[in-house]
This record gives sequence, structure tokens and C-alpha cells, in this order.
Amino acid sequence: MAQAKQITAPLTDEVARSLKCGDMVSISGTIYTGRDAAHKNMVEALERGEELPVEWDGQVIYYAGPTPARPGKVIGSCGPTTSGRMDAYSPTMMDQGLKGMIGKGPRSKEVVDAMVDHGVVYFAAIGGAAALIADSVKECEVIAYDDLGPEAVRRLRVEEYPCIVVIDSEGNNLYEQGVAQYRID
Amino acid sequence: MKEINVEDISREVKRLCIEAACDLPVDVEKLVVQAAQTEESEFGTYAMEKVCRNIKIARENTVPMCQDTGMVIAFVEVGQEVHIAGGLLDDAINAGVAAGYVDGYLRKSTVVDPVLNRKNAGDNTPAIIYTSLVEGDELRIAIMPKGAGSENMSALKMLKPAEGLEGVKRFIVDTVVNAGGNPCPPTIVGVGIGGNADKAMQLSKVALRREAGAPHPDPAYAAIERELLKEINKSGVGPQGFGGRNTALAVQIETYPTHIATMPVAVTLNCHAARHKEVVL
Repeated sequence: MAQAKQITAPLTDEVARSLKCGDMVSISGTIYTGRDAAHKNMVEALERGEELPVEWDGQVIYYAGPTPARPGKVIGSCGPTTSGRMDAYSPTMMDQGLKGMIGKGPRSKEVVDAMVDHGVVYFAAIGGAAALIADSVKECEVIAYDDLGPEAVRRLRVEEYPCIVVIDSEGNNLYEQGVAQYRID
Repeated sequence: MKEINVEDISREVKRLCIEAACDLPVDVEKLVVQAAQTEESEFGTYAMEKVCRNIKIARENTVPMCQDTGMVIAFVEVGQEVHIAGGLLDDAINAGVAAGYVDGYLRKSTVVDPVLNRKNAGDNTPAIIYTSLVEGDELRIAIMPKGAGSENMSALKMLKPAEGLEGVKRFIVDTVVNAGGNPCPPTIVGVGIGGNADKAMQLSKVALRREAGAPHPDPAYAAIERELLKEINKSGVGPQGFGGRNTALAVQIETYPTHIATMPVAVTLNCHAARHKEVVL
């Protein structure tokens, strides 16, 4: 397996577009968690003409709702959740400048089309490897929607968080290519 | 008549919730390790290695293997000679769930209303409780915390009897393959056939209680389970949907008599973190 590409979040347009489907990456820097309820809140806030709690330009969102941190720990277990549930909101988030998404599972055609339009990259983390992933998180702070509990928006500082580029900014899709390669008819 | 106090029930449920979240049963782990060893795809192998390491880290440090510590399903078998003292059985189970999720640093994932008020309940209650009366003076409680990533891929189809075994097999395979990478494959596929719509769905959960990979006691159904597993693993979905040979770890079928006019088939997928723990009081 090829050496992981070291990348820093937030992402520049150039870096986002340089990543290709099947690239192993190691992400360091700042990312934000957000899932179902937080997306709903943000999209409704935009409809009301309100500001969002995060300036999304260039940012990477992580679809995750961690378990509570034990005393002395930064965060609990924090693997990816199913990204498809955020499909309805993701094009709007990309309009806000979002450059990367981390989650698990396939995305809708509308999302992939928006990714191509905006030069956005989608990373997969390993679903269910949540205890392992927690080691990559060095700082964690709730910055919005604290009342949502696990669904609050958290700012994470991560070091060498391993992911796979599953859909790149040209729409190449590992979920389609990988399955086709191993299907036995 | 044997008396069992509700406090003892709550205490055991609390313990089971925490253990289930952090300690994957060895029957499931065995199948996961086997999948890791037989996987051929590059990304599938990578994913399975991470999953195997994660199981060990979770167990050694008593931390949840997955952040989705689930909504709790409790299967309770109450011996007819048991008297439950000090309160109601359901309250005792829910008190145990709340204590386990709060004190065990598990994620609280229930919302108080499914549509109109999706406010987090704060203690992961209520559990979904299936109670049955059985012979004897024991109380058996099986806890199955079920994540929603896999649960969302559940499916029910009311087949016509004319669709036969082929129809049953097609629906099961299609359900698993169409779920793709969403339910965190490789999954354990629980299948309920017969009864009515709700009975079939419940049977598909009961099927997941069986020791992972253990065949159906009826050789004819055991053969169907093997055939379905082979067929599902030809799909190429693979670990995490990245492409590969291991899409399911096992197919487990439960059946019940049904009506002359129907043939209900229900499928419930369990992710590779197929958690279950039980106790006998």
C-alpha cells in the first residue's frame, strides 16, 4: 500500500483538487464535527439569513457524534457515521465553501455533482474503528449547539488522522470502482 | 416461587450495557478475524486490520468500540416461577440502561419523539423490550445495543407464496447488496421469515441473538444460509463498501408458521460490531 499523503486542514482548493480516488491520506489540523441535527440547524439558519457558527470556507466537516470523554481524556470513541443522511444538506454546505467531508458510505448523485462543481473531496474513515480513531484527536471543543449532545458541532485538532479518498473532485468513486473490481457475476 | 428484586435487574443491565459496548463477543471476533485473513482487496484488508486492532483497544481500555453505542434492545425471558419484587420489570431495565449509559460514558442516542421533538433524552432510554414467559425460576436478560447505521438498512417484504424460495433469496441478497457500505460491512445478516409483518421483523432480530456463524438447526435452512452467504460475498461490496470479498460474516435465519396467503421476509443487518451480552438471574 502506498505511503499516506500528509495533508493539512483546512484545505486549499489546490490540495483538494490534487487528491485522487484511492489516495491514502493522513489529515492534521482543524476539522469540525457535524451530523444530522447540526446540518438541519445550519441550513435553517441560512434560510433565515443568519450567520453560521463556523466560517466554512476551506473547512473539512467530520460526520461524527462521539461518546463522552472519560476524565482525563480529550474525547471518547469517535468514528464516522453514515454520510448519506447528510446528502440533503451537503450541496448547501459546499455553497458555503466546504472543501472536504469525512464519513462512511456512498453519496447521492446530487452530492457528487456538487463536489465536481466546487472541487470538493470526500474521505472515508473506517466505520466502527472508533476507539482507534480517538487517538488522532488532540483537542476537542464544543463550539455550537451544545444542547444537541453528541450532535453538537465540535472543533477538533487532529494529528495524522488516517482516511481514504473515496470520491475525488472529479467524481471518481471508489465505492463504484472497488465493488465492480471484486464482483463475481 | 423465586423472588428477584428490581435493583438486581437494574444493576445487571447496567453492567451488560457497558460490557456490550466495549467487549466484542468472541464468536463475532472470530468471524471478523477470519474475514481479515481472507480478504483480497487492498482497501478491504486495510479496513479489516483497523477493525481488528480497534476490537483489542476497546476491550483492553474498556472504551466503546464504536461511538454509536446504540439503542438498547432487551430480550427478557421470565420463568413462570419468578416473582419480580420492588417495582416494574420495564422500569428496572430502563433504570439499568440509564445508569450504564451515564456512568459508563456511553453515547446517549435516543430522542424523545421521532418526528416532532427530536430532543436527546439524555440517558439513552427507553430500551426496546421483548418479554416472554418461559418455564422455570430463572430470569434471562439479553442486551443487544443496536447502532442505527446498520438498522437503517432493515427491510421487510410481504412476498407472494408463488415467489417461493427464489423470491426469498433474491430479496435477502438484494437488501444486503443495496445497503452497500452504509451498514459497516462485513455484516451479520439476520433474517426472519413467516408470521406476519411485525413477527418477521422481530424474528430477524432474534436471529442475531444466535451465536455468530452457528448454523440453523434444520439442515435445509442451514444450507440456505450458506448459499446466501456465498451469494452475498460474490457481490464485491466488501469491507466498508470499498470493494472486496467479505460483505457478510454470516446469514442467520429464523422462521415461524404463517398464513396461507403470505410469505413475509424481514432482514436486519448488524454491523461488524455485533454486540450482545446476556445474564441469567
